[in-house]
Amino acid sequence: MSPTLAILLVAGAVSASCAIVGTFLVLRRMALLGDAISHAVLPGIVIAFFLTGRRAPLPMVIGAGVLGVLTVFLVEMFHRSGRLKEDASIGVVFPALFSLGVILISRYAAQVDLDLDCVLYGEIAYAPWDLLFVGDASWGPKALWVNTGTLVANALLVGLFYKELKVTTFDPGLAAALGVSPVLIHYLLMSAVSVTVVGAFESVGAILVVAMLVVPPATAYLLTDRLGAMLALGVGFGLASAGGGYALARWWDVSIAGAMATVSGLIFAAALVGSPRYGVVAKLAARRRLGGRLAGQLLLLHLAETAAPAATLQQRFGWSERRLRRTTERLVRRGLVERRNGALALTAAGAAAVARGPGAQLAHPLAEASGELAPSGGLARAQEPADGSV
Amino acid sequence: MLDGVLSFTARNVLLGATILGVSGGVLGCFALLRRQSLLGDALAHAALPGVCLAFLLTGSKAPLPLFVGALAAGLAASLVILAAVRWSRIKEDSAIGIVLSVFFGFGIVLLTWIQKLPAGNQSGLDKFLFGQAATLVWEDVRVMAALAALALATVALFYKELKILAFDPDYAASLGLPMGRIEMLLTLLLVTVVVLGLQTVGVVLIVATLVTPAAAARQWTENLGVMIVASAGIGAASGVVGALASASVPRLPTGPVIVIVASAVLVVSLLFAPQRGLAWSRVRERRVTRRIRRENLLKDLYRVGEAEGTFARLVPAPRLMGLRGQSPARLAASARPLVGAGLVERRGDAMRLTEEGRREAARVVRSHRLWELYLTRRLELPSDHVHRDAEAMEHALTPETVAELDRLLGYPPVDPHGRPIPPPEAAETGTGPRRQAAEARP
Repeated sequence: MSPTLAILLVAGAVSASCAIVGTFLVLRRMALLGDAISHAVLPGIVIAFFLTGRRAPLPMVIGAGVLGVLTVFLVEMFHRSGRLKEDASIGVVFPALFSLGVILISRYAAQVDLDLDCVLYGEIAYAPWDLLFVGDASWGPKALWVNTGTLVANALLVGLFYKELKVTTFDPGLAAALGVSPVLIHYLLMSAVSVTVVGAFESVGAILVVAMLVVPPATAYLLTDRLGAMLALGVGFGLASAGGGYALARWWDVSIAGAMATVSGLIFAAALVGSPRYGVVAKLAARRRLGGRLAGQLLLLHLAETAAPAATLQQRFGWSERRLRRTTERLVRRGLVERRNGALALTAAGAAAVARGPGAQLAHPLAEASGELAPSGGLARAQEPADGSV
Repeated sequence: MLDGVLSFTARNVLLGATILGVSGGVLGCFALLRRQSLLGDALAHAALPGVCLAFLLTGSKAPLPLFVGALAAGLAASLVILAAVRWSRIKEDSAIGIVLSVFFGFGIVLLTWIQKLPAGNQSGLDKFLFGQAATLVWEDVRVMAALAALALATVALFYKELKILAFDPDYAASLGLPMGRIEMLLTLLLVTVVVLGLQTVGVVLIVATLVTPAAAARQWTENLGVMIVASAGIGAASGVVGALASASVPRLPTGPVIVIVASAVLVVSLLFAPQRGLAWSRVRERRVTRRIRRENLLKDLYRVGEAEGTFARLVPAPRLMGLRGQSPARLAASARPLVGAGLVERRGDAMRLTEEGRREAARVVRSHRLWELYLTRRLELPSDHVHRDAEAMEHALTPETVAELDRLLGYPPVDPHGRPIPPPEAAETGTGPRRQAAEARP
């Protein structure tokens, strides 16, 4: 197997398995728990190393998995006690566990063949040469086996528990009523995250793991309202980041993991700006349109009472001259307003529109506004919180 | 004074860790209260590409240009987070995670790029990643002290504005205060602390120097000023302990020890802080639970006596255990203090109410039945729905409330189930030591 192919396969497996579990982290607003786990598994790896005395993949995965679940448990314990908010709970738990790991490594550095730099930003370039031996026969890169294993495990998890994951993510109350335990599914998911993180940890480093967990699914989240599509897009963007990042790294001769994170960020930035429905441009344009429409309605209602010269209106509403001109022009084009003796006044059509009632006048744009802010159906509706913090 | 005991390196580390502890402790309070604990984490990771770019542009690794680079990158990162949250559907946690990992990844790209350059290998930029406090030189400490002084002076100057930002930014905005600019100022200050800490504790652990002391201090007080002072104290103490420990024990890294010490202080605070301590609330809960169990036992004895028409007969323990499915041990535990207070008389395995105990039990039963009647009359709940609620309320109602209920309901003789409500004189208890012993304060 050529090194290039080995690296691409490892990176592909990592990005796909991260995207699968990351989708649920993003939807459950637990992206930072992924970050926390990716750092907090360090002592688990070190302890597993001490117990077995070598870098055996399985004990390390188990040790890290235990620490990952412990992290989630501690964060929730602090949070539930009511003494710390969730962000603070995460912020105190993972540095403490990470510190423990660093201290263990430093104190027993002679016995530990773990490189701290590698753990944090990883060196996937070495992956093709770290081979798995069974007896004397080489079975190919170890990282490829480990990460393909987690990919299969994650795919199986989501395949088998798709409905359960979906309902606990979008409506935990309904899930509990249907007899699906949100807590159980939560811990199942968190175990999967821990195992994925540690599988990817050594080959690509903690930071690329966070990037692969969060960035591709978040990019997909900008583009779709459907869970299935989000999973597929997330995996697709993950693979694209891996491939594009590798090319970039070869071109510039820089860190492969760093380049992959950078490319995933570029793809995200493109979606953030340009997503047709949820992107920044679309959102700002929609807001502008809405503002324009509301201004038009306001002007119509005011003119229905009395015709007024432009200067008065400008003062009355505190608008700029440009804003008043644009609003007026739109209404004139629609034949609702005309200029009469240097003042603005309603036409017959304008009067008829107002006569349909201020309620009808205002209901239309506002209804549309709430439609724009909280799209109905699919992911969006389940995701927007009831308190309307959009 | 310290020169005699510590080496120059150890003195630098000690001063650096203390400066970082104080400034991190102060700024961390605002981050914590604004629920932005993890913003510091993102800013720390985002500083890396800034530091690298600054080095590429100026070719210098003097503290000041690197600081400016980190500051610019931190500000860019916070703007990206703000824009993504405000103008797209991305939620804050994802935005922080994305900025953190992508900026850091790009920083690694730049770092590997720099290492290829002829001068790159000596740049020593990678000490920013994990923090190598031992590499602090006197010049670094002086820059740190200046930056920290600047940051703390700014906090003092804008204390009122930062305080209202932490507690009620919407109200402040409605008063016309420029909250956007104040938020920017806080971000700027956080970036300053992050940059201070990069070399001492490293990218990953900076978040703990901000959050952990503040979270610990929060447990001890409800006052922001006190919290800030306490947090700065905890931060400084962790810094001092971390620096001294790593100076005296071989191969003990400074940053992680600082974090572990602060975390230990946090755990102690969470458990034992006077008002909010989890240990105390556990004790209070247990005390209330025990009182409720005692009152329930009195009530059970009363109801058995009521059903049999006499309180004089001894009630066998198995019968009492059967009423609530209690274990013998739990029944005995509830009975013991009641016997001691002279409310219950115990003969072998059976017990009955004393005169005093009958009055105390009547008080509980009276609360229970009046509450049931109140629910059926005032809230028009069906009479088979009120028992469970009354089971809880009977332990919480004060004598004044019970008297008021009695008056409101027109001094009723019976409850909704037709059972007699004990009159106030039957429920009058002495206020002597015996009652106090039986009724622990909540």
